[in-house]
Amino acid sequence: MNKSKLIDVLAKRENLTIKAAEDAVNTFFKEMEKSLKRNDRIEIRGFGSFKIKQYKSYNGRNPKTGKIIEVKGKKLPFFKVGRELKERVDNI
Amino acid sequence: MALTKEKIIDSIYNQVGLSKNQARRVAGSILEIIKQTLEKEESLLISGFGKFVVKDKAARRGRNPQTKKDLQLRARRVIAFRTSGVLRRKINHDI
Repeated sequence: MNKSKLIDVLAKRENLTIKAAEDAVNTFFKEMEKSLKRNDRIEIRGFGSFKIKQYKSYNGRNPKTGKIIEVKGKKLPFFKVGRELKERVDNI
Repeated sequence: MALTKEKIIDSIYNQVGLSKNQARRVAGSILEIIKQTLEKEESLLISGFGKFVVKDKAARRGRNPQTKKDLQLRARRVIAFRTSGVLRRKINHDI
């Protein structure tokens, strides 16, 4: 599943024009992006939460040349799955 | 303040020209489609945002760190999120 398929499925399910479904899906992910850019958490019950984790810089090695290089610190979103989704997926 | 479903509903209401009730239905519907996709073991790729993938984890022997007792952990199916390079650069203000 990708974004355009999600838009199609949403349009059919909710009787929306493709344009309205596209705007809704884009707004949905744009809000999440804006929140993460502000270092803000996202909490959606039943789905999951995202928070920004700060990683420190460290000395790593270029695996090809063996040279020591400084890997800069970075921020990455961390997704924690919500209980409902977790239980629905873990249906082995 | 954390972003919640309610705020996403407000944004959809303000930007898509739907009623508040429709916006609420649409937000719920997006989440339900995503959940059904992952439930079917299908991954979900949102370009520019990231990818949700379903992973099978093998059963393994574990240990309760509190009681130090050995225990068997069953095979599980879990979700992993991988951030898109575009979003990662935006969060780190590299673009």
